[in-house]
Amino acid sequence: MNELLSLNGITKAYGANTVLDNVSFQIKPGRIVGLLGPNGSGKTTLIKIINSLCTPTSGEVLIQGNRPGIESKKIVSYLPDKLYFNDYMTVKELMEYYMDFYNDFNQDKCLTLLSNLQIDVNAKIKTLSKGTKEKVQLIMVMSREALLYVLDEPIGGVDPASRDYILNTIINNYNPEASIIISTHLISDIETILDDCIFLQNGRIVVYNSVEALRMDKNMSIDELFREVFRC
Amino acid sequence: MAWKLDTKKPIYLQIMDEVKARIVSGTYSPGDKLPSVRELAVEAGVNPNTMQKAMSELERTGLVISNRTQGRFVTEDEKVLKSIRKDNLETVLNDFFKTMENLGYTREDVKKIVKDY
Repeated sequence: MNELLSLNGITKAYGANTVLDNVSFQIKPGRIVGLLGPNGSGKTTLIKIINSLCTPTSGEVLIQGNRPGIESKKIVSYLPDKLYFNDYMTVKELMEYYMDFYNDFNQDKCLTLLSNLQIDVNAKIKTLSKGTKEKVQLIMVMSREALLYVLDEPIGGVDPASRDYILNTIINNYNPEASIIISTHLISDIETILDDCIFLQNGRIVVYNSVEALRMDKNMSIDELFREVFRC
Repeated sequence: MAWKLDTKKPIYLQIMDEVKARIVSGTYSPGDKLPSVRELAVEAGVNPNTMQKAMSELERTGLVISNRTQGRFVTEDEKVLKSIRKDNLETVLNDFFKTMENLGYTREDVKKIVKDY
């Protein structure tokens, strides 16, 4: 069993509204996977289920053989789509908070990333701009030596120069034991760093393939393919 | 992103072309050690597995030689280097003649134009 993440028949329904419909897929170690889909296709719900913030109506999630819980949280580093910091803290206090929480937190990496993105560690979080807060949150998540990174819209509010820096950081920190799931709408920005992509439509998987195979097959970029599959 | 990549086409093929071009143009000389996969992946802004695939394919062509402990090197085999140059030349000439044909010149016209240029 060398799957890092395995979803088997995940369904999530709120009454008559089925958000995820029998979703199954596996992710092996060492992959960077784009989770792509239009608004309301179920990406965030899927991510919440992987992080046990939401219980599926049926089906099972296994992370290195464990259901989401204490054991899985030790190896999963999760970036939610919302900011959740206590904003009275300074960046440094937040970093210490993370260090207390996670054994795999790499302080040196965190300080390097903060300094390269010119973020003042003594600044109070509430004084930071929205984009900078997002960067801080992403830096905290990427500073863990986790096995699975689950990033929900990591670069949406970040300027293009910092975006390049963040993507380079992801490439530079690549570890063949670890995998990354990235949900985003900024497909053209990230598609060259992906191994695979998953297209989600109305709670179902419509495409799960390697991005290079899709390019070869369709003579299209992933961005163009997305626009074609989800044409309104 | 330093490398210009067309996301409509497989990335690993474009990486191979770029590395070939660097070898032919002398950016990387015969016998040179190539940067690591990670360094090249960061430089190009691509997935490390894609870079790895491009390198393995370049090894298969013989243009790049892998030494298990020391990394990858540009071949010093003149035959291989020559054949890459010839391939590149043919591609450029084919494109050139096609373009000229589209502009309404025959092969004979082109020969004369090139001679007088």
